Amino acid sequence: MQRIGVFVCHCGTNIAATVDVRAVAEALQHEPGVVISTEYQYMCSEAGQNLIKDAIRDHALTGIVICSCSPRMHEATFRKTAAAAGLNPYMVEIANIREQVSWIHKDIPAATEKAIVLGRAAIAKVHLNAPLKAGESPVVKRALVIGGGIAGIQTALDIADAGFEVDIVEKEPTIGGKMTQLDKTFPTLDCAACILTPKMVDCAQHEKINIYSYSEVSEVKGFVGNFRVTIKKKARYVDELKCTGCGLCTEKCPQKKVPNAFNLGLDNRRAVYIPFAQAVPKVATIDADYCTMLKTGKCGVCAKVCTAGAIDYQQKDTFVEREYGAIVVATGFNPIKLDAYEEYAYSQSKDVITSLELERLMNAAGPNGGTLLRPSDKTHPHTIVFVQCVGSRCDDSKGKSYCSKICCMYTAKHAMLIREKYPDTEVYVFYIDVRTPGKNFDEFYRRAVEEYGVHYIKGMVGKVLPEPDGTLTVRASDLLSNEQLRIKADLVVLAAAIEPDKSARPLATMLTASMDTNDFFTEAHPKLRPVESPTAGIFLSGACQGPKDIPETVSQAGAAAAKVIGLLAKDKLTCNPCVAKSDELLCNGCSSCEKVCPYGAITYVDKEFRGPNRTTLLRRVASVNEAVCQGCGACTVACPSGAMDLKGFTNSQIMAEVDAICK
Amino acid sequence: MQVNTEFRPKIVAFCCNWCSYAGADLAGTNRLQYPADVKIIRVPCSCRVNPLFILRAFQRGADGVILCGCHPGDCHYTTGNYYARRRMTLLFSMLDFLGIEKERTRVEWVSAAEGAKFAATMNEFVETVTKLGENKRLEDLRCKKS
Repeated sequence: MQRIGVFVCHCGTNIAATVDVRAVAEALQHEPGVVISTEYQYMCSEAGQNLIKDAIRDHALTGIVICSCSPRMHEATFRKTAAAAGLNPYMVEIANIREQVSWIHKDIPAATEKAIVLGRAAIAKVHLNAPLKAGESPVVKRALVIGGGIAGIQTALDIADAGFEVDIVEKEPTIGGKMTQLDKTFPTLDCAACILTPKMVDCAQHEKINIYSYSEVSEVKGFVGNFRVTIKKKARYVDELKCTGCGLCTEKCPQKKVPNAFNLGLDNRRAVYIPFAQAVPKVATIDADYCTMLKTGKCGVCAKVCTAGAIDYQQKDTFVEREYGAIVVATGFNPIKLDAYEEYAYSQSKDVITSLELERLMNAAGPNGGTLLRPSDKTHPHTIVFVQCVGSRCDDSKGKSYCSKICCMYTAKHAMLIREKYPDTEVYVFYIDVRTPGKNFDEFYRRAVEEYGVHYIKGMVGKVLPEPDGTLTVRASDLLSNEQLRIKADLVVLAAAIEPDKSARPLATMLTASMDTNDFFTEAHPKLRPVESPTAGIFLSGACQGPKDIPETVSQAGAAAAKVIGLLAKDKLTCNPCVAKSDELLCNGCSSCEKVCPYGAITYVDKEFRGPNRTTLLRRVASVNEAVCQGCGACTVACPSGAMDLKGFTNSQIMAEVDAICK
Repeated sequence: MQVNTEFRPKIVAFCCNWCSYAGADLAGTNRLQYPADVKIIRVPCSCRVNPLFILRAFQRGADGVILCGCHPGDCHYTTGNYYARRRMTLLFSMLDFLGIEKERTRVEWVSAAEGAKFAATMNEFVETVTKLGENKRLEDLRCKKS
C-alpha cells in the first residue's frame, strides 16, 4: 500500500473562491492510502514546496497528489520538489482543480464536489504509479533555421556566434525575406537595405552558417536533440559553386517579359535572374516556368554568355539529409490576397496598390528608381489616400479577426516620406484606430500629423471608383464629423492584412508543431514560453508566431537563439520516461505494435524462456527502444494480448481513474 | 420537502495532452463555463485510449464518453488521431449495436487554441446526454456501492 500525501492549493483566491479547499482536503483524507491531506495558499511558492518536502520526509510518503492548477503549468515544479525530498518525481500526480474546476464553475458545492472527484481519480492513479527513471539521449550540436528573413538571419547569427553550427533553409533564391523589399523602416526612417544587407553578408561569411537557398524542408524525422531533416534543393539550373554572380546572363536572356516577383510584378525581369543586387548568395537562377530553353529546348543564350560555365540545364532537384539538435521556424508572413475586396477596385485599377507595392515604388532600387509615379500612366500623384485595416480586424469570413499590428506605423512612415519628398501631395489616411504602442511610435505618428500635415480621418472607405479621366473617387465617411466624403485621388494605397506564409501549414504538420486557427504557430505558453513551440526542440522566431514589426522580430529571434543555445550547450538530454514497455511473457510476437509505431521504436528479438519440463523455448518478442519511443501509446491499444503498456499512463492507471470518476 | 431529483449525467472526457487538454486549459483560462459533470482524464494522445476504457466507463455507470484529440494532420505523434478515429468508429458502431445510443459517444478534434470550441462542445454534449437520461444498458450493478 502506498503512503499518499494530498496537497490542496488555494492559488490565492483563484481556486479557493469557488472551491471549498478545506472540504476537499478533508474529504480526500479518508481515501485509502492517504496519510496526510492538507491545504495551503500557494503550493508552488517556496513555503508551499517546503510544506510538501517536509510532509514527504515526516510521513515517509511514497506518492503525492497535488490539487492545483494544470499539470501543463506546474507538473515539472512539483516533480522537482518531490525529487528534492528524495521521492521519485514520477510518483507525483496532479488534479487540475483550477483550469478545469474553479475557473469554469460558479456553483461552489458543484465545484467542490468535482474537485473531490478529480482528487480521488488522482489518488487512484498514484496508487498504481511506479518510480520511473528517465534515460538520456545525446544532442546533435547543430541547429536548423527554416526561413531566411530578418528573423531567421538574426537567430542564425546569434546561434552561430555562440559557436554552434547553423543551417538556414530559404525557399527563395536569396535570403533577406520581406525586409529586402522595404524602403525605409519605422520609427527611425533608416534604410532597410542599409541595416539588413550587412547581416546577410555576415551570414554568408560566417564559418558556422551554411545557407541552403532555393531549398525547402521536405521531411522531418526524429525528436528533440536528434532531428533528421531532408532538405530539397530545388533545381536552379545554375551551378552555385561556379556562378560568380556577374549578371551577364540576366542581361542577355532574350525572355524579357517575366513579371518581377521581387518588385511584386510592377515591372519585368528576364527568365534567368538575380532577385536584387545585394542578393545572398549572389547566384543566378533560371525560372523554369519562363525559360525558353527548358520549355522548348531552343535558346541556350545564357549558357553561351556565361564565362564561368555555370549554366546547367540538366540540373535536377537534389535531396540532402542532415541531423539537427534544434529547429527554429522563421517562415514569416505575406500580405493577404485582395480578391475579396472588390469595393477598393484593387483588380480594376493599376493605381490601387498595396503598401508593399508602394514600398517598391518608393525604393531607389524599385521599378521607378525611387521616384513615386502612378503605375498606370507614370505621372506624379497629387492626392494619395491610404486605407487602413483592409482585411484586418474583420469579423466576417473575408478577412482576419486579428490586428496586423504593423500597418498603422508603416502608413505613418509612408505618409511622412511622401510629404517630405513631395510637399505638393496631399495625403489622407482613413483609419479605425491608430495603434502606436511601441517605443517612440506615438511620437512618430504625431510627427506625421503635426509636422507633416497628413490628414488622418477616422472612418472607413466604402468604395473606390475608377473614373474615366484616370483618377479614383474615394467614397468614405468621417465618423467624427459624421460627414460623407468624396475624395478625388490619384493613388489609393491599401494596408492589406498580413497572414502566415503558406508554407507554414505543411511545415507544422511535418514538425508536429501546433498552430492556431489563423495558421500562426502556437507558443508553449503565451507569457512564459513565448518563443518555444509545445513540441520539444522546435522554436519560433518572427511573424510565423503572430504579426510583428522588425524590432520585435529581432528581439524574438534573439530569444529563440538563446533557447536553442541553451539546448545545444547540453551534451545529453533527459528523455521522457513515460514510454511503452512490453511484457515479454504476454507478447506473442504478432507485430501489431510495430506496424502502428510512428517512430520505428519497436523491434523484435528472439528470447529464451523457460518452458515446461525444464525445456527452453525461443520466442519472438517485442522490444521497445526507449530512446526513440515518444510515448504516444498507439501500440498499447494495437496489442491484442495486452502485453504493451505505457509507463506513467498504464492501462490499470487509466482504468483506476475511470473507476474513481464514475463511482 | 422538495427533493432535488434533477438528473446530472456522469461524463468522462479523454483529452490528449497536446491539443485538447491544452484547449480545456484555455477554456479555463478564458473562464468559459461548462457543466461540472464533465471530468477530464489526461492521456498522452487520443490513440492511447483503449476501447476497453470506454467500455469500462459505461460499465461503471458513465452516461456519456467523449474523446478529444488534435485535428487530423496535427497530431503531436503524427498519426495517433487517425488510429483513434478508426478505432472509435468501430467501437461506437458496436456500442450502437449493443443499444448504447450513438449520441452518448463522441470523438471531437479540439486544438490547443480552441478553448471556446472545447467549452461549446462540452456544453452541447452534456445537454445531449442529459436529454438521453441515465445509461443503464452496460452498467454493471455489482459495481454499485450501497
